[in-house]
Amino acid sequence: MMAIASTDTAIRSGRVTRTFLYLVLLLFALFYLLPFAIMVMNSMKPLDEITGGNMMAFPTDWTLEPWRKAWSEAQVGVDATGLRPYFYNSLIMAIPAVMLSTFFGALNGYVLTKWQFRGHNIVFGLLLFSCFIPFQIVLIPMARMLGIFGLAGSTGGLILVHFVYGIGFTTLYFRNYYAAFPTELIRAAQIDGAGFFRIFWRILLPSSGPIIAVSFIWQFTNIWNDFLFGASFADFSSQPMTVALNNLVQSSTGVKEYNVHFAGAIYAAIPTLLVYIVAGRYFVRGLMAGSVKG
Amino acid sequence: MADTAQVDLRTRLQNWLPKLVLAPSFAMVLLFVYGFIAFTVYLSFTDSRILPSYGWVGLENYEKLFRLRHWKIAVSNLAVFAILYIGISSLIGLMLAIFLDQKIRIEGALRTVYLYPMALSFIVTGTAWKWLLDPGIGLEHTMHLWGWTTFSFDWIKNSDYAIYTVVLAAVWQSSGFAMAMFLAGLRGIDNEILKAAQMDGASNWQLYRRIIIPQLRPAFLSAFVILSHLAIKSYDLVIALTGGGPGRATELPATFMYSYTFTRNQMGIGASSAVIMLITIAAIMVPYLYAELKEKK
Amino acid sequence: MAQLKTKIATLMVATALTTAPALAEDVEVLHWWTSGGEAAALNVLKGDLETQGIGWQDMPVAGGGGEAAMTVLRARVTSGNAPTAVQMLGFDILDWADQGALADLNSVAAEQGWDAVVPEALQAFAKVDGKWVSAPVNVHSTNWVWANKAVLDSNGIAVPTTWDEFAAAVDALSAAGVTPIAHGGQAWQDATVFDAVAMGALGPDGYKAAFIDLDEDALGGDAMKTAFERMEFIRANVDENFSGRDWNLATAMVINGEAGFQMMGDWAKGEFLSAGKTPGDDFLCFRFPGTENQVTFNADQFAMFDQGGTVSAEQAALASAILSPSFQSAFNVVKGSVPARTDVSDADFDACGKQGMKDLAAAAASGNLFGSMAHGHANPASIKNAMYDVITAHFNGEYDAETAVSELVDAVSIAK
Repeated sequence: MMAIASTDTAIRSGRVTRTFLYLVLLLFALFYLLPFAIMVMNSMKPLDEITGGNMMAFPTDWTLEPWRKAWSEAQVGVDATGLRPYFYNSLIMAIPAVMLSTFFGALNGYVLTKWQFRGHNIVFGLLLFSCFIPFQIVLIPMARMLGIFGLAGSTGGLILVHFVYGIGFTTLYFRNYYAAFPTELIRAAQIDGAGFFRIFWRILLPSSGPIIAVSFIWQFTNIWNDFLFGASFADFSSQPMTVALNNLVQSSTGVKEYNVHFAGAIYAAIPTLLVYIVAGRYFVRGLMAGSVKG
Repeated sequence: MADTAQVDLRTRLQNWLPKLVLAPSFAMVLLFVYGFIAFTVYLSFTDSRILPSYGWVGLENYEKLFRLRHWKIAVSNLAVFAILYIGISSLIGLMLAIFLDQKIRIEGALRTVYLYPMALSFIVTGTAWKWLLDPGIGLEHTMHLWGWTTFSFDWIKNSDYAIYTVVLAAVWQSSGFAMAMFLAGLRGIDNEILKAAQMDGASNWQLYRRIIIPQLRPAFLSAFVILSHLAIKSYDLVIALTGGGPGRATELPATFMYSYTFTRNQMGIGASSAVIMLITIAAIMVPYLYAELKEKK
Repeated sequence: MAQLKTKIATLMVATALTTAPALAEDVEVLHWWTSGGEAAALNVLKGDLETQGIGWQDMPVAGGGGEAAMTVLRARVTSGNAPTAVQMLGFDILDWADQGALADLNSVAAEQGWDAVVPEALQAFAKVDGKWVSAPVNVHSTNWVWANKAVLDSNGIAVPTTWDEFAAAVDALSAAGVTPIAHGGQAWQDATVFDAVAMGALGPDGYKAAFIDLDEDALGGDAMKTAFERMEFIRANVDENFSGRDWNLATAMVINGEAGFQMMGDWAKGEFLSAGKTPGDDFLCFRFPGTENQVTFNADQFAMFDQGGTVSAEQAALASAILSPSFQSAFNVVKGSVPARTDVSDADFDACGKQGMKDLAAAAASGNLFGSMAHGHANPASIKNAMYDVITAHFNGEYDAETAVSELVDAVSIAK
C-alpha cells in the first residue's frame, strides 16, 4: 500500500539534466549542513582560536576539552555540574510523555475512524484546533491546574503538559493513517467475535509501524526541545536539558566560552538527531500514508 | 432471558467503549485548551497586571493595544515573515522533492540532511545562525579573511533587513519538512496516469505543471497549515537570533504577547494580543478544517 | 577563583549523588546567577547555610537579566509551589509584596539592626508598609564610564568631567581612528547609557521628576530633548557592528584597546579583572561626566516567599547570612558591586570598589542616590519597558530627538 513507488517512475531525463539535479541537491545539502558543521568544528577548538580566528577554519589544535567540560563541569548553576544531570531529567520526562501521547493518539485515531459516532467530526476538529494554541497563553492557568492536581514542579506535571499539548497532533496522524485502513477487515474480525481492544492490538497496531515512527519523531523532537514548559513547570530537581543549556549560553557575566556552548548545544541535539537518523526513513513513508493523503 | 440481558449489556458496553476511550483526551483538551482560551479572553477585559485579577475594564486593553506602535510593527513583521517563510519553504521544499524523486542514488542520505534541522532546538539554531550572520565573526568576516574584502552581509544589524535573517533561519529549519511532505505526496501519485500522458507526447514540464502539481493539492494544504501555524507561533527563534532587535525591528506578535504578559506586567494587554492572535489562527484554520472534514463524509 | 572552581568540581560528585527530595530544612533558591564568578559567590552563601545544616536546592534560570526567572516565578507562585527565596530587582519586589506573597522579615531585621545600616533609598525597595520583605545583597551603580588608560594617554585625553569635555575626547578618539565608544545595541544597554546621559542633562531634580514621579512636563521638556540629542552624538560614535552585541563583548573592546570608553554598570569591572587588568594602571573608572555627585543604582535582593504566615527558620538563616558583613564583602568583591550595608570594611576592595563605596555613602547622605530607570529601580516594569521602546527606537534612528520626546510622553501615558 505504501511501498515507495518511484522505483518505476515515468519521468525520464538526460545526462545534462541529471548533472544539474545532483549539483542543486548537493548545494542545498551544503546549505543545510553548514551551520551545524561550523558548530562541530568550533566546539573542538580552544577558545582563543575562536575569538581570534576564522570560524570556517578547521581547528589547528584539536581538543575535546570543551566537550568534557560541557558534559560534566560547566557552570549551569551554583554547582558546576555540567549538563549531565539535566540530560537524565529530560530523558525521564520525554520518554513517558512520547509513549503516552502516541498510545492515546493511536486509540483516538482508531475510535475516530473505525468506531465513528454522531459528532465525531466535531470532536476531531476540536482536538485538531488545539494544536494551534500559542503556548504562552496557557502558562498561568496551567500552573494553577498543576497546583490543584499536586503536580507542580514535578516530572509528572511536565509529562501531563506535554501529553495534553501533543495529543492533537498524534490523533491527527493516526486518524489519517487509519482512515486508509480497510474497514472490511475490522468488520470481519468483529463477526469472528473480536472486541474493541482485541481488534486494536491484533489488527491495527501491528501494521502501524510507519505512523508510530512519525508520531514518535514529532513528539520526541517537540518535547525534547521545549524550553517554555520546562522552565516554567519544573523545579530544582526536574529541570530539563534545554533550561540548563540556556543557563549555560545566557549566563550574564564572565567570559563566554563559545566552544563549551557549542559542545553543550550539540549534546542537547544528539538524541533528536539520532531519532531522525534511525527513524527518518519511515518518516516520508508515514507522512505519505498519514497526514498528506488524508 | 438472563442470557439476552448479558448480551445486551455486552453490546451496550461495546457501544460505549469507543467513547469512553476517547473521553479522557477530549476532556483534557476541553479543559486545558478551550477552558484556557476562555480564561484568556476573560483576562483581556480585566485590569490584570502581574497576576490575573478580576477588575472589569471593558475594551480598554484593546484600545491601548492598537495605539501601540510596537504592536503595529509586530503585526506587519508577521505579515512579511509569514508570507516569505511559507512561500520560500514551500518552493524549496517542492523543488527538492521533485528533484529527489528522479531516482537519485543517495536519496536516503540527502533526505536525512534536508530534514535534520527540524530536529534541532531553537537555542542551537539561534546560536549557530547568530554566529554565521554576525558581520564581525561570521560569513562577512570569513569572506574578508579569504580575500573578498568588499563582501558585505550585515542584514542582522540593520533594522530594515533583520526580519529577513529571521526568515532565512526559519526556512533553513523547516523547508526540509516541507520537502518530506511534498515527497510523500509525489510518491502517492499513480504512475500509470503519468505513463499514459507521456505516451500522448507530454513533456516533463507539462507533466509536472498539468498533472503532478495539481495532484499535490493535499500536500500543499498540509504544508500550508503546518507552516502557517509555525509562523504564527514563532517565538523561540526570534528570541535566540535577534532578541527582537535591532531596536524592536524583529518583534512578532508572539514575542509581543510574551513580553507584555510576563516581563512588562501588563497581563491585560498581553491577553488582548493573544486573543487577536487566536482569532487570526481561527480565521485560517476553521475554513480549512471545515472543508477537510466535510469532504471526508 | 580557579582554586575555588576546582574545589567545587570535586564537591560536585558528592552533591550530585546526594540531591535528596525536599526536606523541611532545605531552601530552594530561584536565581539567574549562572556564570562562573557569580555562581562562585553564591557558593559562599550555600556553604554558610550548610554549616548550619540547611541544604541548598538550586533553581537557576538565566536569560534577559532575570526576565526568564520572573516568568518562572509567576508560574511557580500560581501553582502554589513558590520557591523559598528568589533573586529579585526593584519594583518586582514591591509588586509581589502588593500581592501579599512575601514573608515579613522584621524579626531578623530588628535583631540585626538592618534599619541603621542599609541606605534609605535602598530600603524603599526592601521594605513595604514598614515591613522588611527582602534581603539586599548588593548595590550596583550604573552611571560609570570605563576607559582604556593607554588609549586615553596616547591621545592626550584627561578624564572628562563635563559633557563638553567628554564630547571633545570622543572627537579626538574618532580623529585618531579609534572607536570612541564601545556599545552593545540591546534595549537595556541603550537605556543604561541614556540613564546616565539624562541624569547629566536633566540634573538630579529633573531626573527624579521625569523618571520617578513621571511628570509630563519633565518628560516632555527641553532638557529631555537635549538628552536625546546627546544620544545621537553617542550613536554617531559607536562602531558599525554594535547592534545586538552582548555588553561583555563591548567591554572586551575597551580591554583590547579597540575602543576608548564604555558606559556600563559596575559589573563591567569583573571583565577587566578576569582579563588581568588593574584599575588605575590599565583601565579607569569614573562617573559619567556631569554626574559626579549622583549615583544611580540597582540592587539585587533575595525576597522570601511566604510559606505559611511567618518567616521560616531557614529563611531567617538565609536572610541573616546574606546581610552578614563577611558575605557582603566576599560577594561584592567578586561581583564588582558594593555592599548593601554601609558599615562593611572596604579593605578587600580594589580602587574602583573603594570609590564606589565612598560615592554611595556620599550620595546617600546628600540625597543624590536614585534608583536607576534602566534597571527597574525608578518606575515599574510596564513603564520602564515603554521607555525602552522609545529610547531604543530613537537610538536606532527611527525618530529624531523632537519626536522621541513626544513619543516618550505618549508611551508613558499608555503604560501607566
